[in-house]
Amino acid sequence: MLRYILKRLLFMIPLLIGISIICFFVMHLAPGLPTDLETQMNPRASAEARERLKALYDLDKPLHQQYLIWAKKLLVFDLGTSFSADHRPVAEKIMERLPITITLNVLSLLLIFVIAIPLGVLSAVHQDTLFDRITSIFVFVGFATPTFWLALLLMIFFGIQLGWLPVSGIRSLNYEYLPPGAALLDFGKHLILPVFLSAFGGLAGLSRYMRANMLEVIRQDYIMTARAKGLSERAVIYRHALRNALLPVITILGLSVPGLIGGSVIFETIFAIPGMGQLFYMSVMARDYPTVMGILFSGAILTLIGNLLADVCYALADPRIRVS
Amino acid sequence: MGKDFWRRFRKNRLALAGSVLVLFLFFVSLLAPWLAPYDPNAIDLKNILAPPSAEHWFGTDQLGRDVCSRMIWGAGISLKVGFVATGIAILIGTILGAVSGYYGGWVDSVIMRFVDIMLCFPTFFLILAVIALLEPSIWNIMIIIGITGWMGITRLVRADFISLKERDFILAARAIGASDMRIIFGHMLPNAMASILVTATLGVAGAILTESALSFLGIGVQPPTPSWGNILTAGKDNIDIAWWLSLYPGLAILLTVLGYNLLGEGIRDSLDPRLRRR
Repeated sequence: MLRYILKRLLFMIPLLIGISIICFFVMHLAPGLPTDLETQMNPRASAEARERLKALYDLDKPLHQQYLIWAKKLLVFDLGTSFSADHRPVAEKIMERLPITITLNVLSLLLIFVIAIPLGVLSAVHQDTLFDRITSIFVFVGFATPTFWLALLLMIFFGIQLGWLPVSGIRSLNYEYLPPGAALLDFGKHLILPVFLSAFGGLAGLSRYMRANMLEVIRQDYIMTARAKGLSERAVIYRHALRNALLPVITILGLSVPGLIGGSVIFETIFAIPGMGQLFYMSVMARDYPTVMGILFSGAILTLIGNLLADVCYALADPRIRVS
Repeated sequence: MGKDFWRRFRKNRLALAGSVLVLFLFFVSLLAPWLAPYDPNAIDLKNILAPPSAEHWFGTDQLGRDVCSRMIWGAGISLKVGFVATGIAILIGTILGAVSGYYGGWVDSVIMRFVDIMLCFPTFFLILAVIALLEPSIWNIMIIIGITGWMGITRLVRADFISLKERDFILAARAIGASDMRIIFGHMLPNAMASILVTATLGVAGAILTESALSFLGIGVQPPTPSWGNILTAGKDNIDIAWWLSLYPGLAILLTVLGYNLLGEGIRDSLDPRLRRR
């Protein structure tokens, strides 16, 4: 098992190099030089001072050397300093916002899992019944629904008409005065809409996929054997078929990580959640290039980690993978 | 795409529903100047945020503009973005996939590793990062959605080409000395067209969704040009007083995306019932 993980880690190295090259390339699409921000508006900055500043930031060196210098900093997660007024290190800004984004995404992954799997299994077991038809329609409509629009509708309904759920932030204003139990409840209430909405996008796809898997597994010989030896239908479906149909789902959950992280920009912006997605949106609007590139890079790293976790889980669940 | 295709397609009720939606949308966007009851940019400050009524079916927005007229004009914008962005993605994906599948070897490895690397980025992040560098305009949006969405098509076309490469008619073409270009574009590409067409149809739906999300965030189609996404931005700004600004444009996006998805699935099922996704 350890060897398998090591092998997967080694495979990640070329991907990491590729990711960093693309980030570097995108960064160099930016018009002008990073130093322009400090010198352009300053009439006292002489041509000589500009050259010195360029040298300070290694901008006078050839491109490949600039890349190497930049990549070396990346290795210790030094992503530079933000262009925004606070001039803080980008890595620090990302790190303080990462936990909330990861919490949201893990919760939505769990929710996707809990809803989509039973839905897919039930529609496969009851293929072509009314239930199956209704879920199919739900899946098609779900695929086509813009989730940010659904967010607006749910905010209007639950937040404004009924007044049941808060529509912005992750904590109420009086949060600090609440007893611990109530504070947790308050936090939970703030999370309901964002978590449900970011899960919504993945629900349709996974339940459809689960249904297809289950239908395929049910037709296998070993299921016929299980039936032939007189096992109850329950045991056949939930003990024998479900296990095998669940295996590929692990990979799908890994693959859904980039979508979830990308979606966090939209939900965190709509619900004013202080996570990485909101920071990304604000940095894009403010043209804070170092932060934009830092988050782009972090997003890719999170995707890689998600894929690695999925691969390891798959290998744990299926011994055939480990051996080959 | 023969007689069988049309026979199966006509029997597929969902595919027909999709075609109707798609055709309706074309119709609306082509006839926008005649269909729209008002000038989409006519400001009427006496009628700000008026709820739906007989004069303004879908109400008016924060500047008193007729929402229905803006949505009718927005249909064309969405279609334009959907088609151009998908066109760019298909062009890049088909060329890279064809080269990769046909030549194999190190060319294939390089292209496929590039695809792997691109797939590591959350697409929405990549789009936003490039937008941060460029001005958000309708053309930039189309190009950005296109150049960040070609990876799936590359893999698909490559797989098709690899299986086609060993087929007898390709071996025959090579035996009579046809050039690589001729084999790729004259013989193999037409046979891969079916799956490209399906992906393209589904791709239009995806591109329209992405455009509306970007416009909603204020970094897509810029006002005063009407787009379904930027009407929704006004809906969010006036969320507690004007529900109609949020409801109708989103419904339009949903129906459009649904239409293209149903059409795409319908084409897939009708081309080859064995490929049918159950």
